[in-house]
Amino acid sequence: MYKIVKAKQLAESIVYFDVEAPRVAASCLPGQFVIVRTDANGERIPLTICDYDREKGTVTIVIQCIGAGTNTMKSLWEGDSFHDFVGPLGQPSEFCSEDPESLRSKKIIFVAGGLGTAPVYPQVKWLSEQGVKADVIIGAKTKELLILEEEMKKVAGEVYPTTDDGSYGRSGMVTNTLKDLVEKEGKSYDVCVAIGPMIMMKFVCLTTKELDIPTIVSMNPIMVDGTGMCGACRLTVDDEVKFACVDGPEFDGHKVDFDQAMKRMTIYKTAEGRALLAQQEGDTHHGGCGNCD
Amino acid sequence: METDVMKKVPVREQDAKVRATNFEEVCLGYNEEEAIAEAGRCLNCKNAMCVKGCPVSIDIPAFIHEVKEENFAGAYEIISQSSALPAVCGRVCPQESQCEGKCIRGIKGEPVSIGKLERFVADWACANGIKPNAATEKKGKKVAVIGSGPAGLTCAGDLAKLGYDVTIFEALHEAGGVLVYGIPEFRLPKERVVAKEIENVKSLGVRIETNVVIGKSTTIDELMEKEGFSAVFIGSGAGLPKFMGIPGEQANGVFSANEYLTRSNLMKAFDENSPTPIMRAKKAVIVGGGNVAMDAARTALRLGAETHIVYRRSEEELPARVEEVHHAKEEGIIFDLLTNPVEILQDENGWVKGVKCIRMELGEPDESGRRRPVAVEGSEFVIDADAVIMSLGTSPNPLISSTTEGLEVNRWKCIVADEENGKTTKEGVYAGGDAVTGAATVILAMGAGKAGAKGIDEFLSR
Ligand SMILES: Cc1cc2nc3c(=O)[nH]c(=O)nc-3n(C[C@H](O)[C@H](O)[C@H](O)COP(=O)(O)OP(=O)(O)OC[C@H]3O[C@@H](n4cnc5c(N)ncnc54)[C@H](O)[C@@H]3O)c2cc1C
Ligand SMILES: Cc1cc2nc3c(=O)[nH]c(=O)nc-3n(C[C@H](O)[C@H](O)[C@H](O)COP(=O)(O)OP(=O)(O)OC[C@H]3O[C@@H](n4cnc5c(N)ncnc54)[C@H](O)[C@@H]3O)c2cc1C
Ligand code: SF4
Ligand code: SF4
Ligand code: FES
Repeated sequence: MYKIVKAKQLAESIVYFDVEAPRVAASCLPGQFVIVRTDANGERIPLTICDYDREKGTVTIVIQCIGAGTNTMKSLWEGDSFHDFVGPLGQPSEFCSEDPESLRSKKIIFVAGGLGTAPVYPQVKWLSEQGVKADVIIGAKTKELLILEEEMKKVAGEVYPTTDDGSYGRSGMVTNTLKDLVEKEGKSYDVCVAIGPMIMMKFVCLTTKELDIPTIVSMNPIMVDGTGMCGACRLTVDDEVKFACVDGPEFDGHKVDFDQAMKRMTIYKTAEGRALLAQQEGDTHHGGCGNCD
Repeated sequence: METDVMKKVPVREQDAKVRATNFEEVCLGYNEEEAIAEAGRCLNCKNAMCVKGCPVSIDIPAFIHEVKEENFAGAYEIISQSSALPAVCGRVCPQESQCEGKCIRGIKGEPVSIGKLERFVADWACANGIKPNAATEKKGKKVAVIGSGPAGLTCAGDLAKLGYDVTIFEALHEAGGVLVYGIPEFRLPKERVVAKEIENVKSLGVRIETNVVIGKSTTIDELMEKEGFSAVFIGSGAGLPKFMGIPGEQANGVFSANEYLTRSNLMKAFDENSPTPIMRAKKAVIVGGGNVAMDAARTALRLGAETHIVYRRSEEELPARVEEVHHAKEEGIIFDLLTNPVEILQDENGWVKGVKCIRMELGEPDESGRRRPVAVEGSEFVIDADAVIMSLGTSPNPLISSTTEGLEVNRWKCIVADEENGKTTKEGVYAGGDAVTGAATVILAMGAGKAGAKGIDEFLSR
């Protein structure tokens, strides 16, 4: 059993947990993920590692409760435990193996969409520890759903909050903010890292292709084992089949076949399920996950 | 009981029509009376050929003799000396090509039903709470075993019996390897059989730590340098699925057999109440002809699909066990032989709508000795389907070999190890099972686990 030592509610249906998992905490790096199960019959749910404390042996996860599996986590709090917690899985971010000297010469922009802010955080923090200050665009539908802004400010260069409805920070889509920064505000970037709903990553990639900025995305397809055993997570990248759980989850965004990846996300979604979700989420449902028509 | 000595005592099975709609075990096994009658057919040969056919050399005439004498506990003890998982092997070994294939009785009539007798004895021992004996003396040395499939379990059990302090590290949340995630419930019950056999291994003092991926959570070098393990056995299996590389393979509704079977077996998706979903196809095409294909097909059938097996050679070359092919046919699975998929057709939303196939004929024998299938030009046709399950075999996962300094692999990514003692190219590291041979059988993996335990004991006794 893997004990939750700290719990926080970050926003409506977004929860934060520090979980005791010494083996994962000892070996994980930014960009990797874990698979957790709430109880003995639970689904295996992949979640990005959002922070870690090697001394305390804890790993931080942030969960958006959207479906049957993630909703079982809503009722968990400090003192409760996960039945299973395995990782770290996948490859660490490319940054982690780059020479710090060459990293410091780079200008990096992160584009975080919705819950994507959580996995962006450890990367920005890690870079700041290497003496690199990256800029970050944090996007959300509306002010209440914007998470981790204060934490991010402590480790980033500039932070640009952006809300779809204009209720906070800049108004509109993250892609507009990115374009404005480069085209109107004189910023230039050598690398972009986009993490968020697939549809957002797709549009960020279209934008950065125009702006000629190499872009890394973190793919979150359907997974089962997370060790390369089942092939559920396969994607096409540069016309080659890749398993996101072992080859990724990060890939060159300009080479990912997003349309196919988004179609594959719908495999276990029935028409009724989608309708139910749209109803439950009301205004906040924008099909950003790529599961909706 | 009336018996014809030339024929096996028939084994009771669930009716084909009934079982095609449930996940209960197909074969019901012998009762005491039937087992004793079948045991009576054994000639108790002096130079028993059957033993030579068994990869772990169970003293078959001796245990069958005890069954005949109604001393089932004695029979269990004899089997236990050679096999850690008799309830499993009695069910899934390809007996026709191993022990039973060599049985003298088989020359004129049907061989003795060795597998069913072994299963009977193991089930009897389990029902009567008999467990293997634990070691009395401890060696004070720690050994790590990676993977909890038949190879790892056997190696761990043997080492624990010798007094070593053994920990198994398993990547999944449950121990058992292919026995829990691959082979379906209707062939190998999980709670009643697999879990019990794993309990037996634990009762020898073996610790099992699940949720540890060696190569990710920690490495072999760290286990040896930081955690005080004096030796390591790698039994990580061959879990990497193959795809065909044909157009349309990324369509929704195309699965690897590993995914389909893992969802159904490990995640219990066949049960409507399981939170893990599985696609319930209307018409499923399973590509391949081995045990894995039969299991995927029979699972799809039970989940409600009209099921076709598409295999590029003819019936004679089907690599699956004869019993499985026979059961699959009885249950109503349609075999499209000498047929090979060339493309998967999809609808406008990216879902499978059919499989374009081509007819094959058998040409000259290839290096495996089987006649090579050749496509018949212009013979393409379409099988309508909404799901395709690729059961083309698997290869070892490179997670461990790529993170362990000095561990040699061959060009199929199989770990190079001595057959006799499991020794690899890295000092103190041993390996066996599918990770070394590529996908093979339960009993061969167990044999390799045994050899590895022997090798490790020799190494640590130096
Ligand atoms: C490598 C990886 C890292 C991930 N990291 C995180 C993380 O840090 N935090 C987090 O909350 N989630 C993360 N996810 C997504 C998370 O695993 C899924 O949201 C979860 O599995 C959904 O399970 P469910 O049973 O609750 O929902 P389901 O019942 O399966 O789905 C309900 C609805 O959720 C949406 N959905 C399903 N899967 C996804 C997905 N992968 N992404 C977006 N929407 C989806 C669909 O609209 C669907 O209709 C990650 C996924 C991967 C593969
Ligand atoms: C569907 C199917 C049906 C089959 N039917 C039969 C049959 O009827 N008869 C028969 O004799 N054989 C059958 N086989 C083959 C047989 O199951 C295998 O040959 C046998 O299980 C191999 O045993 P193993 O111990 O080498 O590996 P596995 O059983 O594959 O076990 C390996 C274990 O190691 C774990 N692992 C892998 N990598 C790591 C890592 N990095 N860290 C930690 N753990 C790791 C895996 O999760 C797994 O649990 C079948 C196989 C399949 C897939
Ligand atoms: S272990 Fe397998 S090969 Fe050996 S006797 Fe039993 S069924 Fe036959
Ligand atoms: S070869 Fe057949 S008859 Fe002879 S001992 Fe073995 S099982 Fe009995
Ligand atoms: S999740 Fe199974 S192979 Fe990636």
